[in-house]
Parts: sequence; C-alpha cells; structure tokens
Amino acid sequence: MRGFLLNRLSQSLVLLVIVSIIGFIILSLIPGGPLSQYARDPSMTQQDMERLAEQLGLNRPLWIQYFDWVWRLVQGDWGRSFRDGTSVLAVIGRHIFATLLLMGTSTVIAIAIGTWIGIRGATHRYSMFDYLATIGAMVALSIPTFWFGLVGIYVFSLQLGWVPAGNMYTIGDGSVLDYLHHLILPSVVLSLVHVAVWSRYMRTATLDAISQDFVKTARAKGLTERRILLKHVVGNALLPMITLAGVQLPSILTGALVTETVFTWPGMGRLFLDSLGYSDYPVVMGLLIFSAILVILGNLIADIVVAIVDPRIRLA
Amino acid sequence: MTALAISTAPSRWWHSRAVIRFISHRLALLGLAMITLLTLACVLGPYLLPYDSLHIDLRARFAPPMTGNHYLGTDPLGRDLAARLLMAGRISLLVGFSAMLLSIVIGTLVGVVAGYRGGWISAVLMRTVDGFLSFPSIFLVLALAAALRPSPVMITVIIAITKWMEVARIVEAEVRSLREREFVQAGRMLGLSGAHIMFREILPNAMGPIIVAASLTVARAILLEAYISFLGYGIQPPLPSWGNMLNGAQKYLASAPWLAIIPGAAITIAVTSFNFIGDGLRDALDVRDDHI
Repeated sequence: MRGFLLNRLSQSLVLLVIVSIIGFIILSLIPGGPLSQYARDPSMTQQDMERLAEQLGLNRPLWIQYFDWVWRLVQGDWGRSFRDGTSVLAVIGRHIFATLLLMGTSTVIAIAIGTWIGIRGATHRYSMFDYLATIGAMVALSIPTFWFGLVGIYVFSLQLGWVPAGNMYTIGDGSVLDYLHHLILPSVVLSLVHVAVWSRYMRTATLDAISQDFVKTARAKGLTERRILLKHVVGNALLPMITLAGVQLPSILTGALVTETVFTWPGMGRLFLDSLGYSDYPVVMGLLIFSAILVILGNLIADIVVAIVDPRIRLA
Repeated sequence: MTALAISTAPSRWWHSRAVIRFISHRLALLGLAMITLLTLACVLGPYLLPYDSLHIDLRARFAPPMTGNHYLGTDPLGRDLAARLLMAGRISLLVGFSAMLLSIVIGTLVGVVAGYRGGWISAVLMRTVDGFLSFPSIFLVLALAAALRPSPVMITVIIAITKWMEVARIVEAEVRSLREREFVQAGRMLGLSGAHIMFREILPNAMGPIIVAASLTVARAILLEAYISFLGYGIQPPLPSWGNMLNGAQKYLASAPWLAIIPGAAITIAVTSFNFIGDGLRDALDVRDDHI
C-alpha cells in the first residue's frame, strides 16, 4: 500500500510540474503580459510601468520567475492577486465552498439516478426502457451544459418562476433552505452529462456481474432474484464505479466552470474566468495548480477506497 | 513485389458486412441524414435566404421567429438569425472537422509508434497521455486561447492539441494487440523497415477503432469549440459560430429566448448526429470500446 501510494504521488508530482511549466509558458505568451490592464490606463507613464514590473519581479527572466514562484508555492505563499492584493490562497478559499457544494450535489444526483438507470437497463436488457435510456444517454452527452442551463433558466425561473435564475443565496436571507432553492437548478444541469456516463458504465458493470459464476451459485442456492440483485450483483457492479467517480472529476470541474458562468455561481470556475479576463496571473496559476491537486487527490482517494473495499486487490 | 502481395492480404475493414450492419443501425442512419441535411443547409442556405448574415437592420431588432422573411427572427442588431446560424454552422462544422482530422493524424502517429515500439518510448508517451487526460485541461485550453490570437485556425489547433490524446490511447491499445500477429512477424522476417510495418501493415488493420474515434472526436471537437466560444475565448465576432452566438444571448433570455435556444439546438443536433454515427460505426466495424 505504501509503495503504491508513493509511486502514484511521485507520478502526480511530475505531472504537476509539467502542467505548471506549461501554464507559466502559456501565460507569458499573452500579449501585453500581466500588466496589460495597467497599460490601458492613460495616466500610467513608462516609468510607472517599469517600476510596477520591478516591484512584481516581472522584469526577470521567465525561468527565474518560475523557480521563484515554485519556491514560494512550496512554502505556502501562492502570491497575491494583481487585482486587490489579497493572497491567492485566501481568494481561492473564498470560492472553494461554492464549487464543492455544486460539484458534490450534482455528483450525488448523478450517481443516484445514473446507478438506478444502469441497473434497470441491465436487468431489463433490450426492453423499451433500456433502448430509451441508451438513446437518452447519447443525446445527454451531446447537449452543451451551458445551453441546458440557459434553457433551464428560461423554463423554470423565467416562465414558471419555481427557482431563482442565478446566484448562490438571496442577499439578506442565506438560510439553508434558501441555499437549497438556489442549488437545485445548477446542480441538476451539471449532473445531466454525468447521469448519462454513470448509467452507461453501471449498465455494463451490472451485466458483467450478472454473468459471473457467483450469481449462478446464488441462483442455485434458491435465493430470490431481488436478493441476488441487491446483495451479489449491485455490490460488485458498484466497485468499478468508485474509480469512475475519480476519473470523472476533470469533467465535472469543466462542467462546473460553465455552469457557474451561466448561474452567476460564486465558485472557482467563475473566479478563473474573471481572473483570466483581468490578466490576474497569480490567481490563474494558483487555480491551475489547485484544480490539478484536487483532481489528483480525488483519484488517489478513489483508488484507496477501492483497495480497501475490494479484497481481491492487494496493493504491494 | 512479394511484400506488396503480403501487405494486401490482411482482411479489410470495408467488408460489405460492415456496410450492411451500419445501414441496419437506424440511429446511425438518422445521424447521417441529419448531419447531411445540416451540412447542405450551411453550405447552400446562405445563398437562398433573403438576408445576408452581416446585414444590420436596426428597425428590425429582436424580431421573433417567423416575422416576415426572418424565419428564425433577428438578433439585437437586427441581423437575420437564420442567415447567422447557417454561416456559424459553416465555421463550427469546419473547425470541428478540421480539429478531428488533425487530432486523428497526431493521435495515430503517436499511438502507432508507442504501440509498435513499446519499451520506454511507449511508457513515456502513454504516461504523458494518461496524465493529461486525468487533468482538467479546460483551464489550460482557456489560458492558451486567451494567449494566442484566437483565429479559427488557432482554435482548431488548440482543440486538436487536447483531443489527440484520446485517439492515441485507442490506437496504441489496438496496435499493441496486433504487434505479435503472424502477418507482422512475416513482414519482419521479410526485412521490411519498421516504418513500413507500422504504417503499411499494421495501420490498415487498426482502421476500425480509428474511424469510430474520428466520428466521436468530431462530436467532442464541436462541443469544445462551443464551450470556448461561449466563454468568449473562441471564434471572435463578427465571425459567427454556434458557441459565440450564445455568448451574449443570456442577457436577452427573458425578452428574446430564441437567441439562446436556436443556436444551442443546432449544436445539440450536430453533436448527437456524430455520436449516433459513431455508435453505428462501432457496431458495424465490431470495435470493442470501453469509452462511451
């Protein structure tokens, strides 16, 4: 187990380094550089610009800037936002709850509905339900999340008035019910694609489990179909789904980015887009690294859980 | 000449059985019909419509669909939505298709070399691919799109950069399974060069998964272009694309919902069609695929 963890962690570390270097190079390519916002201000003189570059250390060679950034990063200093000077970690900290709330809720919805559809599709194979679920999943995978969000807002908030059209809470309210009310539509929108993915994988996994010998044994013992399904099939089919939850993380994060934009949800995705628009490089780089760490941790946890739950896996 | 005779020996993927299976796949045919119609409409439509996609008419702003000759209504500048939608379709379909071609070429090259050579080359290449696939690349893609001037060609390249890895993974797995087959060993014994074996002997036999991947990659490329353009970093106005038509539409959701609904429906129809076609091809070519 320890060797496995060390191996995975070192691989992840290499990936983090590569990603951060690429991110650094990309950001250095942006025309005008980090000071492009200031350059638009007519009252900024050439001297002001140079002084600012000097202050922020932007006049040094790129690789020195990179090593300096990494060195501070390791020490817990992720830099300060160009916009208001608050520390990057604090800025991310202000936005992480909203994103995790949205991603968590939509993952729960996706797993609940997707698992049910998948199991039913497998037990009623080639039925009308299975057929419609298959087509439905393919269509759901083809719908752009942001468009689904816009249509959802149009129908459920503008026409029917059931849910708010955006934001995480009503200013001055902020009760749990108020949060839930705001959460419903964006989390359902974000979960659509993942319901499709989960249902397809769950169907395959259930079919795999049904054809196993232990199911035949259970039938031979005279157990009821219901008991076989719940105790022997679903338990085994859910195992690979734990890994899938980890694998799906980047995709959920991508979905959260556009969902947050459409619903003016104060999470990390919107923070990233805002920061990119303002050329706020410290925050952009911070989010790049933070999201990578989040995904790596998610996958690692999924692997560990599988190893604990599945007695067949013995990690050397 | 003997080498030539042997190289044509392996079974071909365009066996008539595959064609029959594809035709009997109703969803795939539906997808093919929809995408043909959509492409024809985008290519020919702009010549047939009464309005030019760039014609601004401030007296006809926000006309709802079916107002006079504005079949799909007009946008905030009074431009005809139908004309804009079809011009945008040209861009979106072209970008999606070109990005697919580029990612298939890169992915196939990497996949064939990694799968055939094996060893450390394969280890390095495939570990890199796995790493990037497990990473939320949308952040890098958006930063890249913000950094480079987003011309349609640039967007195409950016999309291809993120999509070739899935292709590489599929091709690598297929080539690895073909590497030890008799016809490859025969080629080696005949003293054929590595490049000849990889691209003339193995590649034709790995076409099934590549064709399926191509169809699904078009779908994903169109979606990614829509995402980037919707967020404002993709195709830049006045050039229309389905994604950037939705970019400003949210503001007018209450007063002019058709501005948001129609372009998104076009994206969904196009992407669904390519996914249906991919599904049909997968059945027809007998490709086992763990991806959706």
